[in-house]
Amino acid sequence: MDRPRVPMTAPVLRLSGITKRFGPLTANDAISFELAQGEVLALLGENGAGKTTLMNILFGHYVADEGTVEAFGKQLPPGDPRAALTAGIGMVHQHFTLAENLSVLDNIALGTQPLLSPRFDREKARRRIAEITSEFGLAVNPSALVSALAVGERQRVEIVKALYRDAKVLILDEPTAVLTPAESRALFETLRKLTAGGLSVIFISHKLHEVMAGSDRVIVLHGGKVAGERRTADTDVHELAKLMVGREVLPPAVEPVPRGAVLMQLDGVSTAGPGVRLDGVSLRLHGGEIVGIAGVSGNGQATLAALVAGMAAPSSGSLSINGRPEAGWSPRAALAAGIGRIPEDRHSTGTIGDMTIAENVALEAYRSPRFSKSGFLNGRAMRGFAEQVIGDYEVKCPGPDARIRLLSGGNMQKLILGRALDGDPAIILANQPTRGLDVGAVAYVQERLLAARARGAAVLLISEDLDEVLALADRIAVMYRGRLSEPFSRGEKTTAEIGAMMAGAGSDGAAHAA
Amino acid sequence: MTEALEILFTASFWVAAIRIASPLIFATMGELICERAGVLNLGIEGIMVVGAFAGWLTVYLGGDLWFGVLVAALAGAAFGLLHATLTVPLGLSQHVVGIGITLLATSLTYFTYRVVLPEVTSPPKIEPFLPVPIPLLSDIPVVGPALFNQTPLTYLAYVTVAVVAYVLARTPLGLAVRAAGENPSAVEAQGISVTAIRMGAVMAGSALMAIGGAFLTMSAFNSFFFEMVNGRGWICIALVVFGSWRPGKALLGAVLFAAFDAYQIRLQQLSGGVLPYQVFLMLPYVLSIAALVLVARRATYPKALMIPYQKGER
Amino acid sequence: MRLEPVVSPSALASILYPAGAILVTVVIASLLVLVAGASPFTVFGLVLKGAAGSQFALMETLTRATPLIFTGLAVAVAFRARLWNIGAEAQLYAGAIITVVLGTGALPLPAVVLLPLMIAAAILAGAMLLAGPAVLKIRFGVDEVVTTLLINFIMVLFVSMLLEGVLKDPMGLGWPQSQKLIADARLPRIVTGRRLHYGFVLAILSAVVVWIVMKKTTLGFEMRAVGHNPEAARFAGIPVNRVLMKTALFSGGLAALAGFSEVAGLKGNLTLDLSPGYGYSGIVVAMLALLNPLGVVVSAIFVAGIFVGADAMSRAAGVPSYIADVMVALALLTMVVAIMLTRYRVRWR
Repeated sequence: MDRPRVPMTAPVLRLSGITKRFGPLTANDAISFELAQGEVLALLGENGAGKTTLMNILFGHYVADEGTVEAFGKQLPPGDPRAALTAGIGMVHQHFTLAENLSVLDNIALGTQPLLSPRFDREKARRRIAEITSEFGLAVNPSALVSALAVGERQRVEIVKALYRDAKVLILDEPTAVLTPAESRALFETLRKLTAGGLSVIFISHKLHEVMAGSDRVIVLHGGKVAGERRTADTDVHELAKLMVGREVLPPAVEPVPRGAVLMQLDGVSTAGPGVRLDGVSLRLHGGEIVGIAGVSGNGQATLAALVAGMAAPSSGSLSINGRPEAGWSPRAALAAGIGRIPEDRHSTGTIGDMTIAENVALEAYRSPRFSKSGFLNGRAMRGFAEQVIGDYEVKCPGPDARIRLLSGGNMQKLILGRALDGDPAIILANQPTRGLDVGAVAYVQERLLAARARGAAVLLISEDLDEVLALADRIAVMYRGRLSEPFSRGEKTTAEIGAMMAGAGSDGAAHAA
Repeated sequence: MTEALEILFTASFWVAAIRIASPLIFATMGELICERAGVLNLGIEGIMVVGAFAGWLTVYLGGDLWFGVLVAALAGAAFGLLHATLTVPLGLSQHVVGIGITLLATSLTYFTYRVVLPEVTSPPKIEPFLPVPIPLLSDIPVVGPALFNQTPLTYLAYVTVAVVAYVLARTPLGLAVRAAGENPSAVEAQGISVTAIRMGAVMAGSALMAIGGAFLTMSAFNSFFFEMVNGRGWICIALVVFGSWRPGKALLGAVLFAAFDAYQIRLQQLSGGVLPYQVFLMLPYVLSIAALVLVARRATYPKALMIPYQKGER
Repeated sequence: MRLEPVVSPSALASILYPAGAILVTVVIASLLVLVAGASPFTVFGLVLKGAAGSQFALMETLTRATPLIFTGLAVAVAFRARLWNIGAEAQLYAGAIITVVLGTGALPLPAVVLLPLMIAAAILAGAMLLAGPAVLKIRFGVDEVVTTLLINFIMVLFVSMLLEGVLKDPMGLGWPQSQKLIADARLPRIVTGRRLHYGFVLAILSAVVVWIVMKKTTLGFEMRAVGHNPEAARFAGIPVNRVLMKTALFSGGLAALAGFSEVAGLKGNLTLDLSPGYGYSGIVVAMLALLNPLGVVVSAIFVAGIFVGADAMSRAAGVPSYIADVMVALALLTMVVAIMLTRYRVRWR
């Protein structure tokens, strides 16, 4: 393996031969690398490449089966979350570790004063936060309740939290997943300021462009191993992509399909909550097209998906299927209207882990004469259908009677596809259909969606992965703060323009004009 | 009718109300601590039984009254440790374990009672805590005797509320407890063990519940009866919800509830048998349910309540 | 320490751990017996003999198991849909009250008509009683654990009120008890001269029916789905609230049958000590059976055996019969640990 020069300064962090196995799976296989002072190192890899496991080991949440972690020349004791913190390693998790019922200040200073001291010194904390924020130009309001903060602000609180504990090494796990392109750029500027001030940064990502934009050096993980190491200046997106997936990646081939009639129509739909409320959303879904919804996470996509899936009902405006307005909208009504639904969260919404594969694939149709008669289940029919799905979708599993909990994410998703696409639904809701899947499974899911489009179905694709939306969708609309932009055809706008829309540019004006 | 209202202005009524409130205050604070840390403790009813018995037995066997309170607290903490071990590191259902702890604590108490006192027919009495009027303060009309002519255990209840409120709001430990009940990963990320915080909270909370039980045998009455706790633990769980998990509001709830309880006893005497006495005895339970219905809609539960936490899991 | 899920639990583990749970229970109970000044071997010998040592003992155990099967089924059904019904005690009394109201001569009907009518009325009464907390849970988000627990206390007071009021037996010499049921309202004995009655048969039938409902019908499917993952169930078009409501009616009705069977089969009238906590023991019975309806029969007989045996032992050896309650509570706690250990591996570090 070709290695770039070893960094000149002494490493602040050294991982040597880290190996971690979960049963038969080797999540990390002899991973070694070093982090130099003042550099931004990107850890690039797909979901399942072992990035999260590696970070959990570094942070003492897991104990490695083999290998050691050294910080500033001293070995960290394994399995002790305090050790990493006291050694000056700060972590910004993908899911923020903030207590929403506490103030920003309380969250930042939590655990920094002796637990049994009789008084929590808030003034001291306030002064220190002021120092940090002015030094690195990170604006946070210490008195605000975390529950009142937007996502970008919460991330800043996380960073301040790490700096407050004198972190010299900052690790960010998928930091841009919840940010707009502009917010991401601001984040990378902040990281530059931090490294200029002597800190070192590792950020974990599966997005090639931001790795190229934000890092000095890249380590690519694939299948739990280090697949390559490059100076960012010496490489390009194509090489990194190849290292990341182990082969050249090609975007799926999209054949033109004639656009059909309007199958589903939203007219000025607003919702009452909970969650982000929709605000006058209008959208037409035609047969034979994929409409992609782009946007930064948390701008109402989940509510839009809930609406189409029947989990939420409009508080005003109308939802029509085949030109007929729907009243009494519910999950059952959505199913009856012929909507195939792929939910965002396979584990919490898509499947019932403790029930069998057969029961899970029949979950949406158990009342139909196919699977039950006068209240009694037809177990044989359910099992037969499960076997059919397992065969058609090449699901790897012990059999239809296995609990679905035991399956991998990809296999689970295939079963959900089999259930949702059974009977060739005319309308398909695909909410983050490829999140967390390996490359093979991603391609498989995308092919199925394109096949549905080819047979004339209308597909609503909601994805936070802009690349996926751009690759698959015929038309694209951007969601921002519960409002949906006018859809535009693929290729009509540049990525930069779409990014600006994701950050809210023009959305207010457009909404007022309409 | 006027008689019914006059009751409210008599000192003896409020003295009784505060006395009835005292055990509820201890146990409600105990449950509140557990729930703030993210653990529903349905062992409360049984732990109160244990406390009532342990405190009483210590004094009966010749111990000092305050030593009895200490023994009760330790016995409660021991059951808290069992509860916490099963629900925190092992992550077992807090519903099932809580009910199990209540059944175990109650049956063990009754068993021990029968072993220690195999032959007695009427429960032996002890010399309980006596009211200690606080000079000057107890001379204030109505409020004075109600609040400041009580037993030392009631004064301890006041102190407990103040301490719990202060610790939760103003100390690093309290912060960690509140964070553990809201988002345990925030606690773990700062290098504090969620397991330790939660187990500690459950043990401390259980000790308070047991002192609440001990109040019954050592201050309100002077001997131990079977079934003397009589659902007070469950009422305290309702009081925690009613108090929105805040010590001050929970205190207010406990006093209101106790005032109502004291009032129904007096009304019962006043009504002269027009209504069966059972109707009055039902009222506290009915009131608890009504209070729950009233606040449930806007109750903001600690988000991680009843959700077990595992390290490294988010 | 962390817990890692075991992919496929081994058959050995799923026998060894529960066996270990019983062992731990017996060991702790033995220590208590030693503290009480008796020999564990003698005491447990007496318990065993008292529970199953003779035809009489066995029949007593089955008689005691009858209400436990009903309350155990009620809890198993509710817990399966994750409806925390801790109020089986109150529902039992609701069934008992209706049984007395209809069975003491108000309806002069032949047994073949009267008994089914009483059964239906008891089921309805129990169902209605749990419907309240279920509605409060669904409509207002009130936790059903606390409401069902509190209703237990209200119910006991209500029964006391009835027994000193409208249901008081005028010939009862002032004791708070109801009149005796008429002959046509009584469940016959299975063997003459023994206390075991046809309530036991009804209990077994109920267990089979519940098993079929849970395993083979769409209702059972819905209840399991709602219990395991309400969010996914709702997504799949299952009306979660309606299913919870049906579960409440089902569970409450089953618990009420315990009251019916105790009054019509065993006691013949209603008293305040009709149930020595059968509603609470039902929780233990259901958990020991892993919520399996047929398992409930086995675990109810096991728990009843401990109670009956301990009563007999207590008379002979002088160790308080509360040892039975202690053992049952210990069995519950050790068993939930055992079940967890079959599904997860505890890893130290």
